[in-house]
Amino acid sequence: MAKTLYDKIWDAHVAHEADDGTCLLYIDRHMVHEVTSPQAFEGLRMSGRTVRAPEKVLAVADHNVPTSPMIGGVAAIKNNESRIQIQALEKNVKEFGIEYFDINDDRRGVVHIIGPEQGFTLPGMTIVCGDSHTATHGAFGALAHGIGTSEVEHVLATQTLIQSKSKNMRVTINGSLPNGVTAKDITMAIIGKTGTAGGTGYVMEYAGQAIRELSMEGRMTVCNMAIEGGARAGLIAPDATTYAYLKGKPRAPKGDMWDQAVESWKELYSDDDAIFDLEVVMDASELIPNATWGTSPQDVLPIDGTVPFPTDFADQARQDATQRALDYMGLTPGMKLTDIKIDRVFVGSCTNGRIEDLRAAAAILKGHKIAKNVEAMVVPGSGLVKMLAEEEGLDKIFKDAGFDWREPGCSMCLAMNDDQLKPGERCASTSNRNFEGRQGFKGRTHLMSPAMAAAAAIKGHLTDVRDL
Amino acid sequence: MDKFKTVEGVAAPMPLINIDTDMIIPKQFLKTIKRSGLGMHAFAEMRYHEDGSENPEFILNQAGYRNAKIIIAGDNFGCGSSREHAPWAIGDLGIKVIISTSFADIFYGNCFKNGILPIKLPQDKVDLLMDDAKRGANATMTVDLVNQEIKGPDGGTIKFEIEAFKKHCLLEGLDDIGQTMQKVESIDAFEAKMAEATPWV
Ligand code: SF4
Repeated sequence: MAKTLYDKIWDAHVAHEADDGTCLLYIDRHMVHEVTSPQAFEGLRMSGRTVRAPEKVLAVADHNVPTSPMIGGVAAIKNNESRIQIQALEKNVKEFGIEYFDINDDRRGVVHIIGPEQGFTLPGMTIVCGDSHTATHGAFGALAHGIGTSEVEHVLATQTLIQSKSKNMRVTINGSLPNGVTAKDITMAIIGKTGTAGGTGYVMEYAGQAIRELSMEGRMTVCNMAIEGGARAGLIAPDATTYAYLKGKPRAPKGDMWDQAVESWKELYSDDDAIFDLEVVMDASELIPNATWGTSPQDVLPIDGTVPFPTDFADQARQDATQRALDYMGLTPGMKLTDIKIDRVFVGSCTNGRIEDLRAAAAILKGHKIAKNVEAMVVPGSGLVKMLAEEEGLDKIFKDAGFDWREPGCSMCLAMNDDQLKPGERCASTSNRNFEGRQGFKGRTHLMSPAMAAAAAIKGHLTDVRDL
Repeated sequence: MDKFKTVEGVAAPMPLINIDTDMIIPKQFLKTIKRSGLGMHAFAEMRYHEDGSENPEFILNQAGYRNAKIIIAGDNFGCGSSREHAPWAIGDLGIKVIISTSFADIFYGNCFKNGILPIKLPQDKVDLLMDDAKRGANATMTVDLVNQEIKGPDGGTIKFEIEAFKKHCLLEGLDDIGQTMQKVESIDAFEAKMAEATPWV
């Protein structure tokens, strides 16, 4: 029978199937960070259980880490709770024998950036992490989803996850992207079309020429936000671009084993006659750079758009949500997106903290200064991204333009460390969530691509990067 | 985990759609290394003013709703992050049942692991319960998991669907890991097979 890519990976990982269809899905890779794991390790300890396959687990602290230089190490982290949480992770990885990139390791960084960078993420695998943006790894044709802490404990103890199968959805983007339009614009446009619950219950496969033409970095950006569309996992079939990215990565197979692996990865695609429960088709040529205006990722508009009126929506619930978002964001219906002034700019996160994202922002900034009233920061997604960017001189471009050049981490994507918006401050951000309070209490977030954020930094308001 | 028993109590209406996990438990409270004690921070940014005082407009701060055991919520409740702190916080508040037209997947699964029953119902049924909930303290509801039905304050009943396995685990208070451990032979066999088929993994 014809199978989708999801069907193939799923079928290859069912370790046990109960009569009611509930499956034990075998998990090949498990990434662990400091926020969602302490209670899982505590659970193991309390029940006298061990980690079944420590070699399949990789741990890193990313959410809480300061993005100032780590002089004095963990002990010098001022915030008590952050320090305790990172120390708890350090103690847990030692006790349970798990590999850990510590806060001074060059390989450290946001969990979803370092997995691919190390070749820890490979096609055809099942990958989990106690973090919803695990969907990122689907860019390699791996079935990757976020799990809760109880499930983290379950995977640590059994290397499996209790799962029922999701439905299949395919989003096809035909044609090539116009100039100035990026992977971020694609993924946000999809959410604008399908809504934040549009993918609930589905695994979303991205296909079509525009996806095939994306680099791995771009594909990761697309899959990263699958969860913002409600889908637990995003998938892109691996191809020559995928293999070229992975070849030579520290954890990727080598020699004959590499050839054998690539042979098997070539089977990872949706059969021509496979049936999807839901299909969405879009045309790349119709896309223009976009940004969000409200407090849900589905509040996205082309940059030439205007802030909506609540009455633009038919149903009452959406009208109420729109009014609430307008009040929170301090915006007037009908105003142009490009008239929205900003105070801060954040370039970084697992959505857009990779080298290509930094290059894209730097290309816009080169030779420019950021607007007077704007404070801007760039947070590389990992230590390796930071080093490479410095080798290429990107740090200098950012600093010359007036950006603050930081150490890697999640930073102001969720503002668990000191990098936060103040109440009322408005930020052009390359991250993935514009929820109320996400980047700081009463902070206001506009999501966009790195190039668009750089352009906004220069102008001091949202702007079309193509006009620069 | 405690066994899930029939829940009788007040239901709090939260008609806002897309109540996300950052609203349920803002990130500044994720720094704990424990599961307990998060209830006081649940819905913090809607529930408290900047100075820490209570916002009387928030439903759970209103007389009659303080001891609610049920939430009737707008569409797509729990969207956003995978943080299990969300159901921990809600559970710590004493909430046992959440009823909505839809839930985000990860949040939905997390509820069951923490003795909370999320119930999906069609819009018209949720509307009905939302109206009942707005009537406040006298309009208590009963959620009966065994018979999969909700009894409204006026005696009407609404049936709901739930996966048999999830129902069983809630009712018995079963620990997933213990159950999976009983299938360890299947896992061993699977690992051995995969070691041959995909040795690079
Ligand atoms: S960068 Fe943001 S979205 Fe990504 S893992 Fe960190 S906090 Fe989550």
